[in-house]
Amino acid sequence: MPFVTWLKRHLVVIAGLLTLAYLLLPNVVVTVFSFNKPKGRFNYEWQQFSTAAWKDPCGVADMCGSLSLSLQIAFWATVGATLLGTMIAFALVRYRFRARSAVNSLIFLPMAMPEVVMAASLLTLFLNMGAQLGFWTILIAHIMFCLSFVVVAVKARVMSMDPRLEEAARDLYAGPVQTFLRVTLPIAAPGIAAGALLSFALSFDDFIITNFNAGSTVTFPMFVWGSAQRGTPVQINVIGTAMFLVAVLFVLTSMVVGNRRNKQKA
Amino acid sequence: MTLTEAPAPLAPAEPAKKPPRRRGRLTPYWLLLPGLLWLVVFFALPMIYQASTSVQTGSLEDGYRVTWHFATYWDALVDYWPQFLRSVSYAAAATALCLLLGYPLAYLIAFRAGRWRNLIMILVIAPFFTSFLIRTLAWKTILADSGPVVHTLNSLHVLDLTDWLGWTAGDRVLATPLAVVCGLTYNFLPFMILPLYTSLERIDGRLHEAAGDLYARPWTTFRKVTFPLSMPGVVSGTLLTFIPATGDYVNAELLGSTDTRMIGNVIQTQFLRILDYPTAAALSFILMAGILLMVTVYIRRSGTEDLV
Repeated sequence: MPFVTWLKRHLVVIAGLLTLAYLLLPNVVVTVFSFNKPKGRFNYEWQQFSTAAWKDPCGVADMCGSLSLSLQIAFWATVGATLLGTMIAFALVRYRFRARSAVNSLIFLPMAMPEVVMAASLLTLFLNMGAQLGFWTILIAHIMFCLSFVVVAVKARVMSMDPRLEEAARDLYAGPVQTFLRVTLPIAAPGIAAGALLSFALSFDDFIITNFNAGSTVTFPMFVWGSAQRGTPVQINVIGTAMFLVAVLFVLTSMVVGNRRNKQKA
Repeated sequence: MTLTEAPAPLAPAEPAKKPPRRRGRLTPYWLLLPGLLWLVVFFALPMIYQASTSVQTGSLEDGYRVTWHFATYWDALVDYWPQFLRSVSYAAAATALCLLLGYPLAYLIAFRAGRWRNLIMILVIAPFFTSFLIRTLAWKTILADSGPVVHTLNSLHVLDLTDWLGWTAGDRVLATPLAVVCGLTYNFLPFMILPLYTSLERIDGRLHEAAGDLYARPWTTFRKVTFPLSMPGVVSGTLLTFIPATGDYVNAELLGSTDTRMIGNVIQTQFLRILDYPTAAALSFILMAGILLMVTVYIRRSGTEDLV
């Protein structure tokens, strides 16, 4: 029975590809339904092909405003979390200091805490302080939960770094600043970039913590959440599809460029 | 900030003859200060505020005062134990499904994908860049009552079985526990696949050959060699799936019904709509304590304490 043997040999591959299909199915649906022309307020049932939403992506009130707000918050949260997180990561790997384990658990805990707990407790703090909920409270919250992820990403990279490279730079009379800028930073860069990318994605897509601490400010995920109650415009799917395509293209081009560079070096 | 003054990472301590340099000694604290301050003020301090809120009594109009009213905890548990139980069981089901579905894919990427490896990896991560709310809403279309999925399951009499088990109701999948668990599984699957892949990828391929040379069948090789070596990935994957799934309320709200409300939904409603802050704080505290307890026991028992 050649078929049974074939099946046995490729069982893992088939199961894996089925899981991949499960992961990608919603994206296919989002893309297909961005060309839909729904009858009612909700875009859940296929009616008719139309490119209307693609021609007028900002045709829904407040949606593009919320999108640009989310991009701004994600940008500043990335800048803040990357800066603070990288500094912590360097301190953790390069220096010995007191209370190291306390520092480690303070960094680990936000990642091991359900979002709703952090969201609720942060809101308690803001309410107690009488803070005005809005852009700043969202930004504070986002930097808080992105920080730990940056620390983990940068730490992994700095730990695998060969300390002899920096020694060599010093032996060649590079000053401390020069060594840091010319040797340390370029080597740590992939870790920092990974942390920054992760922060951006986490912040841009965050709903639970934002929902608690946003007051009446509406970010893009909150707009989508609201529309699930009021009626989902097709434009949401247009944005979702466009983001997916941009991300895939971005990664593919960076891979092609990286491959070319490697070939040139070799 | 001068990094050059640092000792090499693995040096046991600063050599004794070196005069202690003040600037170099303080450097780590300066590096840590801003980030740690941020975490203390906006992560640790809120926890304390929340603990204090949970033992306050009063009303929204008159304000709240700390009265050490621990009965709030008891009342919260009595009123909402079904939601707690539901959260844990849905999250456990989703975690088990994630492991079952994610393992073959992680294995495929690590050992069998060849030159397709990077492409598959991108396809696993890329959905992250479409807002997860939009993707969760897509499940409403996929599981729609008149859709092909429900139709197929119905004609195969699968829905009769799940109905009997209490996972679905009648001819519907939407607004049932099955839909919520399906959404949770979908949303947290990448968090299972990535750590699994990382630990699988580290396994030396020659170990598989060695097992084969010693007459182990593929299944035995997997059971005795591959799976035990991938345990760190399994542990961190299950944690990364289980913890956020327990606190999630998005899937229960979008794909479920009032009968599938999880503890996250209750906390959200208490906090943002009913404005009963002490109850909400107590619930959130119980959730946190429960999860920390479960995670600690789990890490101890799985014997990978160096994980964190």
